[in-house]
Amino acid sequence: MLALAPLLVPLVTALLTALAASRPRVQCALSFAGSFTFLAAAALLLERVHAGQTPRIAFGGWPAEHGIVFAVDRLGGLMVFVTALMGLATLLYAESDVDAPRRAPYLAPLVHGLLAGVAASFATADLFNLYVWFELMLVCAAGLLVLGGRLRQLDGALKYLALNLLGTLLLLVGVGMVYGLTGRLAFDELRSASEHVAAGPLSAAFGLLVFALLLKSGAFPLFSWLPAGYPTLPAPLLALFAGLLTKVGAYAILRLAADVIPRAPTLYDGAFSTALGWIAAATMLTGVLGAAYHWDLRRILAFHIVSQIGYILLAIALGTTAGASAAIFYTVHHIVVKANLSLIAGLIASTTGSYDLRRSGGVLAARPWLAALFAVPALSLVGIPPFSGFWAKWLVLRESFALGRYAWAVVALLVSALTLYSVAKVWLEAFWKPRPEQLDSNASAQPRAARPALAACALLGLVTLALSFAPQTLAEFADAAASALRAGGTP
Amino acid sequence: MLAVALALAVTCAAGAYLATSRDVLRAVIGLSLLGSAVNLVLLAAGRLASSAPPIFVEGQSEFGAVANPLPQALVLTAIVIGFALTCFTLVLVLRLIQLARVDDALHLRLAEPLAQDPVKPPVEPDELGEPRDGAAAQRAEGERC
Repeated sequence: MLALAPLLVPLVTALLTALAASRPRVQCALSFAGSFTFLAAAALLLERVHAGQTPRIAFGGWPAEHGIVFAVDRLGGLMVFVTALMGLATLLYAESDVDAPRRAPYLAPLVHGLLAGVAASFATADLFNLYVWFELMLVCAAGLLVLGGRLRQLDGALKYLALNLLGTLLLLVGVGMVYGLTGRLAFDELRSASEHVAAGPLSAAFGLLVFALLLKSGAFPLFSWLPAGYPTLPAPLLALFAGLLTKVGAYAILRLAADVIPRAPTLYDGAFSTALGWIAAATMLTGVLGAAYHWDLRRILAFHIVSQIGYILLAIALGTTAGASAAIFYTVHHIVVKANLSLIAGLIASTTGSYDLRRSGGVLAARPWLAALFAVPALSLVGIPPFSGFWAKWLVLRESFALGRYAWAVVALLVSALTLYSVAKVWLEAFWKPRPEQLDSNASAQPRAARPALAACALLGLVTLALSFAPQTLAEFADAAASALRAGGTP
Repeated sequence: MLAVALALAVTCAAGAYLATSRDVLRAVIGLSLLGSAVNLVLLAAGRLASSAPPIFVEGQSEFGAVANPLPQALVLTAIVIGFALTCFTLVLVLRLIQLARVDDALHLRLAEPLAQDPVKPPVEPDELGEPRDGAAAQRAEGERC
């Protein structure tokens, strides 16, 4: 029953908050009650999987070859917990009036619906079911993108939707091909069934699945929907999208490649690994170049997502247990840091009146504590020791060097330097530079109720600090999670 | 079999042709057509040997050749989801065309304005979500708990 909580709690909360849309106070109370329940359930789930259990539920009592199964292992439990944490931070921030999303009544139902889609993707153990949760995420994300209905948002939402619709169609074809080849959809059944299928067709189906998931995670050739859609979002929603959405795609690639369809002969030998590795390298490089070029904080952050996804994909492409473990560590670190930076970008913009760094400045003098809040995730994003980003990058690089993948490791190091450049640009322009005088008049007033926003940033900052100074806890958990994936250690 | 393959090919071709159109409304309809083609793929993945319903009649305990019910359930799910997304996208596109007064994808650059300067990216509107006027501020205050 506990395995169902990641889906049930946010979904019920979404329905209740939708019913209470006309009564803001009731809706707010319901929304937070749901969010805390979700976090508590996720913590319980995390404790169970840490003890080595795998909570599972088969809907309607059907056997696995006919029914749908939810099973939460270590990897799933960890991701569900991070999802619940992100949901809480977003809702907390949305209570402040810092870059508040407009037309608030439908914000809470859509956010909880999105959380349900994300968490259920982490909990499901069925290929077609995974597709369904991707669609739930897409529907809720589209709704959130157009909240407010301004022209710029509609245009961004269309670009987001068009490519993501194509992605889900390709995903569905892949699911159909896997079903046609094996006659199975449940992960447990697929594992054994895929061993008796001819390698060629299975590789084609698997390749199509991975291609669709790469599109959804914003990888190299097809990430243009991400920098088009994300910068039109208000800060709390940008944080939610930036933290969680693309990572579900990366998670699904890891799950399929390392856990569900690992044994097909051509999948995990050189070809797949090499292709994914070069895609990852190109993703890292193009993303960070975009971040280095742009001056709008939201666009810089959007391109950083692309670049960081590259690191996660690189870790997956290494194809070893240590690589999978590094990918898991990196994903958790990245979700927290990226969401925190997006939230802080909102606070910076509310202080200076602009997201554009050229019209920004003087934040260090005006709000020194904001600089401290910014420093933790920013240094962590770049990978300065002892922050969590350093441990995450070190794990990825160590495994790349150990496997002799020097070219990818060098690209990763170069990208780190460019990341430092783009973050230093934010620091110099927004924090150190004196505020341009002609803009003083139209700079916005002090936000009246910024406390919830600060609390959300501080919460995520504390999580980053905890990961920074006690990385061993997460690293050991990630190791255990990676070893539990069935393919563990396939060279 | 051949009929299904031909239908798939024609739907795919029409969908791909429309989806690559610069007219955004056509592009959405093209994506929706591609969705129909994908549903056919899903149905065909369950084998098309028979169309007899998989239902036991009185006294029967074993199936002969019957249709596979699982892909039908999958396709039904996919149709519902695809329908909802198509509706949403159509409304979105119509509103976009109304507001922007243009339906050419090349001229829809509102989310990503073109740079005027060869080196520097364009300065974009900020649209911070803070309530500007008194009434909006009051409304926002009431909505908060």
